[in-house]
Amino acid sequence: MSRADEPKSADTGVPKTADTRPPGPTTDKRPTSPLWALALFRSELTTTLRRWRTLALLGVLALIPILIGVAVKIETSDGGGFGGGRGGGGEGPAFFPQITNNGIFLVFASLAATLPVFLPMVIGVITGDAIAGEAGSGTLRYLLVAPAGRTRLLLAKFTTSMAFCLIATLVVALSGLVTGALLFPLGDVTLISGITVSFEEALLRALGVAALVALSLVGIATVGLFISTLTNSGIAAMATTVGLVITAQILDTIPQLHAIHPYLFPHYWLSFADLLREPVYWDELVKNLGLQGLYVAVFGSAAWARFTAKDITA
Amino acid sequence: MEQRSTEEDDAAVETRGLTKRYRGGQLAVDALDLSVPRGSVFGFLGPNGSGKTTTIRMLMGLIEPTSGRARLLGEPMPRAARSVLPRVGALIEGPALYPFLTGRDNLLRYDAADPTADPRTRTARVAAALDRVGLAAAAGKRARAYSLGMKQRLGLAAALLQPRELLVLDEPTNGLDPQGMREIRSLVRELAEEGTTVFLSSHLLDEIEQVCTHAAVMAQGRLIAQGTVAELAAGSRGRLAITTPDPVDAVRVLKEHGVTDLVILDERVSGELPVPGPGAADAPLELADLNAALVRAGVRVRAFGAERASLEDAFVALTGEGFDVAG
Ligand SMILES: Nc1ncnc2c1ncn2[C@@H]1O[C@H](COP(=O)(O)OP(=O)(O)OP(=O)(O)O)[C@@H](O)[C@H]1O
Ligand SMILES: [Mg+2]
Repeated sequence: MSRADEPKSADTGVPKTADTRPPGPTTDKRPTSPLWALALFRSELTTTLRRWRTLALLGVLALIPILIGVAVKIETSDGGGFGGGRGGGGEGPAFFPQITNNGIFLVFASLAATLPVFLPMVIGVITGDAIAGEAGSGTLRYLLVAPAGRTRLLLAKFTTSMAFCLIATLVVALSGLVTGALLFPLGDVTLISGITVSFEEALLRALGVAALVALSLVGIATVGLFISTLTNSGIAAMATTVGLVITAQILDTIPQLHAIHPYLFPHYWLSFADLLREPVYWDELVKNLGLQGLYVAVFGSAAWARFTAKDITA
Repeated sequence: MEQRSTEEDDAAVETRGLTKRYRGGQLAVDALDLSVPRGSVFGFLGPNGSGKTTTIRMLMGLIEPTSGRARLLGEPMPRAARSVLPRVGALIEGPALYPFLTGRDNLLRYDAADPTADPRTRTARVAAALDRVGLAAAAGKRARAYSLGMKQRLGLAAALLQPRELLVLDEPTNGLDPQGMREIRSLVRELAEEGTTVFLSSHLLDEIEQVCTHAAVMAQGRLIAQGTVAELAAGSRGRLAITTPDPVDAVRVLKEHGVTDLVILDERVSGELPVPGPGAADAPLELADLNAALVRAGVRVRAFGAERASLEDAFVALTGEGFDVAG
């Protein structure tokens, strides 16, 4: 058993093939391809988009505005106006009554309906799975020995998560717009503050609202990415992230906890309605963006610290 | 001592005191000093749980060593991962694929993760790699529909997307059919001829014996032997087997000539040959003398032959017969 401890004699250590070694394959270091970062991002995006689960989730998101539109249509077709006392349902903006007059309000109503739970849930599933899922299936180790590089891979995952915040929001908004245009009349829009603007300007504001909703999701997306670095189980990371969304939403409704409310990522989410005022109320919009930025900075750094030091054993 | 440093530069893989203790406290690799010469086909042997995969994970920068250091192609790992790994192909603990992507798309994805891979030649290189492992016809099938052997081949194809200086293969023939194993063996030989160093772990000892020039044996996280395959096999004694109708007489004569561990089984007598002197592994003269002695003593010999020590004998001698995995 002491064989390994003995100093190697010269003839065992030196390869017998050493001097007759063929020149070998192209061993020069290949230069880094300039478009590589883009290629990795594109590969991330298309790979995520080709998962059956991603498509199903986006499909559900597209379905929600259709369901709302059809429900409103049925409700109003027999009895004139939209059921009076409904739709308000708390502090959230209610765009439901306006839908029958102008289809573009279906965009706002759909975003308001999906932002509290559905949208963050979809983002939680996608980002929670981003690293944990690849670690669990073992593909992560092959990406790392490719070598994607841990920081660069995380950046690609982060960028993809951000892209999905936008994609998910746009799916809801576009489905809302198309359904609204098909089922209801379109035209000039009366804003919350009572001023009427042209349909073109309303469309522009709708785009702005979509952008705000997408940005509202970047906080939870980054949290999901961080959670994803903690485990090798995609399911566990997805469930934790989605659970966190629901917990934060519940905490946000408990008045006794008002001291922590301004730090909860969903707290200012529905402020996007302030973009539909004239003049626009910037106060909460800015607070929302600042809070999301804070979450990105904190959890992004945490994800980086964790992922670059992690043992990849799966 | 100055020889050591040139040797280090020349080694494809070099570790010094490489140690890994997992978070659970398991000492998986214990002060490993490994030296894989460039241009060799290096077999990495060891029973289940002896630390082979753990070593490979450290070499590839997937896990951080607890202590010690590792050099790959002369550069420190994991620090130089970015410049070294593009020149290294790896199959670690079996293939891992995206089941919802086709075989071809799986390779395109892995290739996109390599910063040095030229996107313009990507599809051509992927096609060549698929062809090389015999998967060209199944390239458009989703990986979820691949058999174990097909997955293994696709994993190998991923390791061959670029010309590599070093290939690290963790049990490459796992799950392959006999033809597949032969193909992998000839692929390894082919690559070695092109100058690629191949580091392969395996349980299949004849496989190692057939393709490897060098080997190392691990047991319970420690390196217990390394050297050329011939040296390792020679370390274990060969056995002599004769068939004779006079087994009792044969045993007496053989014993006189220093053959030990004699076993009689009907008409077959086998025993362990005395340890051959260095450089005389086959010792043909000695065997001829032995045969002559038997004949002189009136023993009728039907068959006479030495069974050369195999790597398997050496392996079992080094790691013990026990079947149970060490905890
Ligand atoms: N992620 C891990 N966490 C804790 N212990 C581990 C981990 N992976 C492996 N081990 C332990 O480390 C030891 C070496 O395992 P390793 O996988 O390196 O063995 P191996 O030689 O590759 O075995 P096999 O031939 O079965 O593939 C084993 O005792 C194993 O239980
Ligand atoms: Mg193993």
